[in-house]
Amino acid sequence: MQITLQKAFIKINKEQCKGCTLCIETCPVDVLKISDKFNSRGYHYAEYVGDGCTGCGVCFYACPEPGAITVYKRGAVVDEEILTLN
Amino acid sequence: MAKQLMKGNEAVVRGAILAGCRAFFGYPITPASEIAEAASLLMPEVGGVFIQAESEVAAINMLFGAASGGVRAMTASSSPGISLMQEGVSYAAGAELPMVIVDIMRGGPGLGNIAPEQGDYYQVVKGGGHGNYKVIVLAPNSVQEMCDLTYLAFDLAEKYRTPVYVLADGFIGQMVEPVEFPEPKFPEIDKSWCVDGTAETRHNLITSIYLAPEELEQHNLRLKEKYERIKRNEVRYEAYKTEDAEVILVGYGIVSRILKSVVDIMREDGYKVGLLRPITLFPFPEEKIRELAKTASLFFVVELSTGQMVDDVKLALNGMCEVRFYGRCGGMVPSAEEIIEQVKNVFKEVEKEIEHQK
Amino acid sequence: MATTILKKPGTFYEVFTRKPDADKINTHYCPGCGHGKLHKLIAEAIEDFGIQDRVIIINPVGCSVFLYYYFDTGHIQVAHGRAPAVATGIKRVHPHSIVISYQGDGDLAAIGGNEILHAANRGEHITVFFVNNAIYGMTGGQMAPTTLPGMKTTTTPRGRDIRNEGYPLKMAELIATLDAPVYVERVALTDAKNMARARKAVRKAIQIQMENKGFAFVEALSACPTGWGMNPPDAEKWINEVMTKYFPLGVFKDISDKVEPVKFEKKVLSPEEIKKAIGVDGETLTMKKYQRNIVAEKYKNPKIKVAGFGGQGILLLGLVLAQAGMLEEYNVSWLPSYGPEMRGGTANCHVNISEFEIASPLVSIPTALIVMNRPSLEKFEPTVKSGGLIIYDNSLIDIEPSRKDVEVIPVPATKIADDIGSTKVANMVMLGAYIGYTGILTKESVFDALDIVVKRKELNELNRRAIEAGIEYVM
Repeated sequence: MQITLQKAFIKINKEQCKGCTLCIETCPVDVLKISDKFNSRGYHYAEYVGDGCTGCGVCFYACPEPGAITVYKRGAVVDEEILTLN
Repeated sequence: MAKQLMKGNEAVVRGAILAGCRAFFGYPITPASEIAEAASLLMPEVGGVFIQAESEVAAINMLFGAASGGVRAMTASSSPGISLMQEGVSYAAGAELPMVIVDIMRGGPGLGNIAPEQGDYYQVVKGGGHGNYKVIVLAPNSVQEMCDLTYLAFDLAEKYRTPVYVLADGFIGQMVEPVEFPEPKFPEIDKSWCVDGTAETRHNLITSIYLAPEELEQHNLRLKEKYERIKRNEVRYEAYKTEDAEVILVGYGIVSRILKSVVDIMREDGYKVGLLRPITLFPFPEEKIRELAKTASLFFVVELSTGQMVDDVKLALNGMCEVRFYGRCGGMVPSAEEIIEQVKNVFKEVEKEIEHQK
Repeated sequence: MATTILKKPGTFYEVFTRKPDADKINTHYCPGCGHGKLHKLIAEAIEDFGIQDRVIIINPVGCSVFLYYYFDTGHIQVAHGRAPAVATGIKRVHPHSIVISYQGDGDLAAIGGNEILHAANRGEHITVFFVNNAIYGMTGGQMAPTTLPGMKTTTTPRGRDIRNEGYPLKMAELIATLDAPVYVERVALTDAKNMARARKAVRKAIQIQMENKGFAFVEALSACPTGWGMNPPDAEKWINEVMTKYFPLGVFKDISDKVEPVKFEKKVLSPEEIKKAIGVDGETLTMKKYQRNIVAEKYKNPKIKVAGFGGQGILLLGLVLAQAGMLEEYNVSWLPSYGPEMRGGTANCHVNISEFEIASPLVSIPTALIVMNRPSLEKFEPTVKSGGLIIYDNSLIDIEPSRKDVEVIPVPATKIADDIGSTKVANMVMLGAYIGYTGILTKESVFDALDIVVKRKELNELNRRAIEAGIEYVM
């Protein structure tokens, strides 16, 4: 089902993250952190803490990997399941 | 169409345009500059591109770019300029790009001089750049062939997706003779491999990089197979009065013209002498040479060099027949009379040898 | 409508199938590498502008050699430093394409310094992205032309010493001094503010090409955490705090509002138009039939050498003979002096006019020597075939040929020419004397040949009078 997002959030594809931490460094509201866990390639990946994202998109441009970060801004129309598949 | 009197270098450009060539990238160098000059005059008239590049290195890479676009494109230079282009030719051979390169050879090594020589045989026919590659090499000996072989070069380049050289000496470039021009061609762009900024070609990649050793080996073997195909299909030569010849003269370019006079004059005096003129230097007419070796007793190779093509004659014969060499270089050109003297001496030796065997 | 989702731009392949290793999802770049950041900005712009089908990316040598793994566009992978030359070639033949040349600092500023300067100076309609990370990344961290003074690399182990290695090259500044470039900016692929500027610059540089305005150049200061031995955030801080001191950010040139867009129009010609355009349509050819003279046996099929000083019109004399011979349907060839014979300011040419196919165009033993100065007479007299002919200008040559086995015809050509108006037409007096004496060519064909060969037709009136004077003299 399609829903309109009431608040922004970001999704980080942990397998596409190389743990460079540039997104964490640049996030103006400090809602990203490096995970204790590592992905299949051995990188501690970045994680969204789960709340507080403003959808500014700064992390998207800070990230050198093409598809590691997706930013959903407030008002985005998405499939409902996107919210649960983090 | 009636014939027109024209300089070899100017006939090259007309032959190219008639073949559908619409881009020329070059850097001035004597004795090839008339080609760039004619291209600068004529290319814009037919909606084509002419750029005087900043160097031969840039010129061959502009050609690389235009060739990647699937259009017929060319450059022309002379010996030292060709040396500078070798990097790009290797890349083009690797990326399998069709292109035509005209080399109007001059004296070397180094700055040498601007006089005619055939000292580029090694650097053009034997590769010159790095890697396992070959290029088709056409060797005109008249102004008519400067036009016709350039015209043909574009077809061969496209057929085999490979750089093709037109290798001529300064004499053939500077000479004026009557030419009859062929009809204009309108080749289609082959969108299966080129990149031309359209949806059809978006997934195409022009490259010479094959990072994995297994892949690069396969690529090289595929190229080798292509060169074998070229060897089977594209050998061109002229055999003149060779049927009963005891001595076969071998020469290309301007030398073959002088040798033809030699044959005519010596035949009048009763000498059984013939001429084999390779028109393609790669592929080299090896089989024809071996066939002639069955009846001839000696091959006499003449070049404007200290001996380069003679190696290929020897390789073709692989010991089947004796090979002699006579060369002038640095811009010195042997007269027919000078060569006749040499060949007569050879005949004396051959006769002695025959008597000795008796 | 504003974008509400920022995701992997569609310009990137979904799966990087061209990548040879098992990982087909991630780039081959090290963590924190600036290349990926620039890739994303370029990919986003291509998608937003709807130009994906038109884009051709020139892949350089360096870490970004594998651009074709990632971008779903046309690609040409090229030799080290040659990207701007290749970009020139493809853009010129396909001007509707959008050509993006992407180069690193070694590629663009060192080995390809010449190519980038000249492509910029010609104002090629290409977009150049120049990644400056002050180091050779792919080959393992050697000095780049942009390495900062004092900076340690594997080839400057004591730090870059300006007395040994010179100073870093400021490419944006250099390019901005040229007249042709439309837009030159330096950006940094670092914090949010700089990324926003970089994004704008990337888009503008591509747009300039889309609008057919000309050459656009964006230099991007980019982190190489591996090469610099820093973690990614520190590497970006180092760019902001140290690198930008030497390489200041900003727009160095922007005339995009002032330049007129170029209109690229394709010229399509018919076969007849092509032949006409390159002068092979036969229009200049006369279909006239010429009546040949009856020629004495000894003058038939001449092998002619024409020799004299440079400037005497020696080559032209020969060309007119060859052209007239062709009009009379003989086989002909003309070869200029070329090579060692050219020394000493003398000129000569070889002309064959023959009823038979011409084997060698070289005339080493002439049957006719037309000679207009003493050094040439001395040089070529001994080569003339026994029973041959020497015609010499005795108003300039103060000796006589000594051969007794050849015919010798003195013609005071320069004096005759002077009397009729100009010493410059002495060559034509000689030509007239030769054809008048031997009858090998008719006056009619020679006069017509003049009109074909001589570009300045107004000179031919005098040329014709000179030829007639030559003929008259020997009659």
